[in-house]
Amino acid sequence: MRRSIPVLATALGLSLVLAGCSGGGDEPASGDESTQPAESAGTLTVWVDDTRSGPVKEVAQTFEADTGVTVKFVQKDFGDIRDDFISQVPTGQGPDIIVGAHDWLGKLVQNGVVAPIELGDKAGDFLDVAIDAMSYEGTLYGLPYSVENIGLVRNNALVSEPTPDTFDALVEQAKAVGTEHSVLIQQDETTGDPYHLYPLQTSFGAPVFATDDSGAYDGSQLAMDTEQGRAFAAYVGKLGAEGVLKTTVSGDIAKEAFLAGQAPYMITGPWNVGDFVDAGMDVSIEPIPSAGGQESQPFVGVQGFFISAKSENALLANEFVVNYLGTQDVQLALYEAGGRAPALSAAVDTIADDPVVAGFAEVGKNGVPMPSIPAMDSVWSDWGATQVAIVNQQGDPGELWTQMCASIASKIAAA
Amino acid sequence: MSRTTTPPAASPRSRTTRGPSHGPAGPDGPRGPRTWIGAQTFSAGFVVKLVLVGLVDALGVYGVLASAAQQQWGVLAFLVAALLVVNLVYFSRRAVPGKYLVPGLVFLLVYQVFVVAYTGWTAFTNYGDGHNSTREDAVEAILVQDEARVPDSPTYALSVVTRGDELAFAVVDPEGDPLVGAAEQPLEPAEGADVEGGRVVALDGYDVLDFAQVVARQSDVFAMRVPLSDDPNDGSLRTTDGSAGYVYASTMVYDEAAGTITDTTTGTVYTADETEGSFVADDGTALGTGWRVFVGLDNFTRVLGDASLRGPFVGVLLWTFGFAIGSVVLTFGLGLFLAITLNDWRVRGRTVYRSLLILPYAFPAFLSALVWRGMLNRDFGFVNQTLLGGAEIPWLTDPVLAKVAVLTVNLWLGFPYMFLICTGALQSIPQEVYEAGRLDGAKPWRMFRSLTMPLLLVSTAPLLISSFAFNFNNFNVVYLTTEGGPQDLSAPVDVGASDILITFVYKIAFGGVNRQYGLACAISILIFLIVATISAISFRKTRALEELG
Repeated sequence: MRRSIPVLATALGLSLVLAGCSGGGDEPASGDESTQPAESAGTLTVWVDDTRSGPVKEVAQTFEADTGVTVKFVQKDFGDIRDDFISQVPTGQGPDIIVGAHDWLGKLVQNGVVAPIELGDKAGDFLDVAIDAMSYEGTLYGLPYSVENIGLVRNNALVSEPTPDTFDALVEQAKAVGTEHSVLIQQDETTGDPYHLYPLQTSFGAPVFATDDSGAYDGSQLAMDTEQGRAFAAYVGKLGAEGVLKTTVSGDIAKEAFLAGQAPYMITGPWNVGDFVDAGMDVSIEPIPSAGGQESQPFVGVQGFFISAKSENALLANEFVVNYLGTQDVQLALYEAGGRAPALSAAVDTIADDPVVAGFAEVGKNGVPMPSIPAMDSVWSDWGATQVAIVNQQGDPGELWTQMCASIASKIAAA
Repeated sequence: MSRTTTPPAASPRSRTTRGPSHGPAGPDGPRGPRTWIGAQTFSAGFVVKLVLVGLVDALGVYGVLASAAQQQWGVLAFLVAALLVVNLVYFSRRAVPGKYLVPGLVFLLVYQVFVVAYTGWTAFTNYGDGHNSTREDAVEAILVQDEARVPDSPTYALSVVTRGDELAFAVVDPEGDPLVGAAEQPLEPAEGADVEGGRVVALDGYDVLDFAQVVARQSDVFAMRVPLSDDPNDGSLRTTDGSAGYVYASTMVYDEAAGTITDTTTGTVYTADETEGSFVADDGTALGTGWRVFVGLDNFTRVLGDASLRGPFVGVLLWTFGFAIGSVVLTFGLGLFLAITLNDWRVRGRTVYRSLLILPYAFPAFLSALVWRGMLNRDFGFVNQTLLGGAEIPWLTDPVLAKVAVLTVNLWLGFPYMFLICTGALQSIPQEVYEAGRLDGAKPWRMFRSLTMPLLLVSTAPLLISSFAFNFNNFNVVYLTTEGGPQDLSAPVDVGASDILITFVYKIAFGGVNRQYGLACAISILIFLIVATISAISFRKTRALEELG
């Protein structure tokens, strides 16, 4: 028997190795439709994350029953989907459909892994901001299913007067309450949080990128490299000096403080408000007051479904995405599962009696889609780090801002 | 010492395994033919072997078929070679060492050699965002991306039909008239069409396909473009779901022979540049999607030659040495101190202390690092609030303090390991040498310097070297505690004060800014060369210590 030990080891070892090598090779039928009998219509592979898998699987059952197609689900961490998709599509091993966020689009298009999609007349049934977000250089690439943005959450137990129109007045009112914090805006000690500060920035008239005639962002023109941008930087410095804005207030700390009634206001999104409501708090969603005189516009994030550029089942994938996932029932089911407002106008109307969703949707009407151009990736790191330095009074805000814009511009040019 | 005793111990063992005269094969053995694949006796062991190798073969053949279906010729060649080797080795009577080595070698090839070779190859390419796949894929992506639906064009209710084997589209135009057309034949009025519910359900001379039949030919249907008229600028009709047709026009035209893509709206000609891996116009603008090409030593020369990368690289390299050496010295110092203290029989409750000291080691490192990050928060962290009485020390945002912070966290995570190995090494030092020392009149400090340390280093030096190599690449501690921050706002790349090489590489390869796998692989190779050189030199030096033993 002595000899059989290494043999056994090899057998186990090799089988593992072979399983590894042949990964994905176990579905030769999926790509080769010419040898398929007509009654077995093929297989679709879909990558979804945990929150979205339930409703999507339900739709898939109807689709399977209608068409005889098998829909295979791979559950993935939402954060991994983009990079795995980019690296796997060129090898031919990628899925047919993924769920994703609209700001991935620039990278997906740049790497040539996503296929355009045609909604036809249905496009008019979706919120304009959702369709804009899912488009890149005028071409629509994804079916939107949810829209999310931040707003001003107000603890009605702490303030009874109406919310003021300007941010300075808001801070004054909040400070008068006498709680430990006034207006909570989450930050990170090292990376800052430009996303949560963006409504204030736009209220100074300093968006990240300029837009062209069609409304598309132009990555070569940094619109925040202006006097308005420096005015915003000075304002951030002022908020830091007053102690309103602290880089040490992380997302967790801010949420806990708000839950504990330590602040009358918090700038946050629907992902936190569910917990506030569950804790029995009386909250309402307000527009974020302007700090610089102009309208304050939060970033709007849109999530949806994308189809692989190398899908060998392109027709099926389009049929499933456009004619099944784009229906009102599915949009509502996804809303139930994830708590995010749907992207289909009719679906939004049916849930208008949910004050939280309706409140955020109202704020989102003023919002702008987060830029999805690849240049946006070059912005975050300098943007956040500079805001940290400004809040912590580590230099002249205007100079830091100018230096930041130069650094971002050179990174975009080099990319 | 053990080296000299090995051969005599090993030889009898190998003699018994090699000899054909043992075990079930015994009686036949000496007379068996001396061939590679010799006659076998059907003993129990042989049957087991046959079944297992058969299983491996079956899996292998399956793998070969699967990789052939996926056209993965490299994997296929490897599988065929591996199967041949396995069968030869296990059915041969001579390849005894091979029977022990093959499993390990196969794993070594797949998990080490392949990965190293792939990293090495990637370091010589421009693989990264925008250079993701082959030129064919890039062309296809560019053409598809620029094919846009003609603005305000109507939706056509579409049926897929066939005449013989040829596919065609039968549509109903906005006026309600049925039309039919194929790839080579522009749309024309359809004679004898039966329209029901706004779409064509039957057509003379054609078969109307149902959904399953459409799906069976979906690649052809999806790729099909039916010209609206003889003028190509009118665009063509296509369908993405088999039931709705839209008019599309493309602005990009690919000329395969010339290797150029022309934008028909502006007239700009983009030429394929095989050194850049992009389509580039005369004025230098390139199309967004490119492909992977071999770029030679470009990535290496960029690290060392490009001023914007060289500055940060040298700074990060120096701090990486500081971090790795500092971590080893600090953890070893504290671990040794505690080991000596707790090795003294006069200390009471030593077992309790020892168990407590293992705690940081028993916790997952990434959790500890995250907890430390919270504890070091300037305003709300435990360290400032409770330990330092509300001092607002910017542990994570000051360039120097951030370095202190990562070293402190690493000290917390690393000293229990050093404590363990020092305790073990101390207990293995024979008491007689101390007796002799005392007789010679040595004081405790002298004994520590001349006896304990040298004897301790014999067994711990190799571990210190591997600890250095480990900390040189200690991604978790740095990334989870400070994310490499605080960021250097004046640097042209994303780099922070506490970044070590491996977190710097991570930011290049997977960070927010344009991911550059090729460049990241090149830096990984440089890191490997540095660590390998230092380790080789250090191990050579430690031989001198062994002679003491």
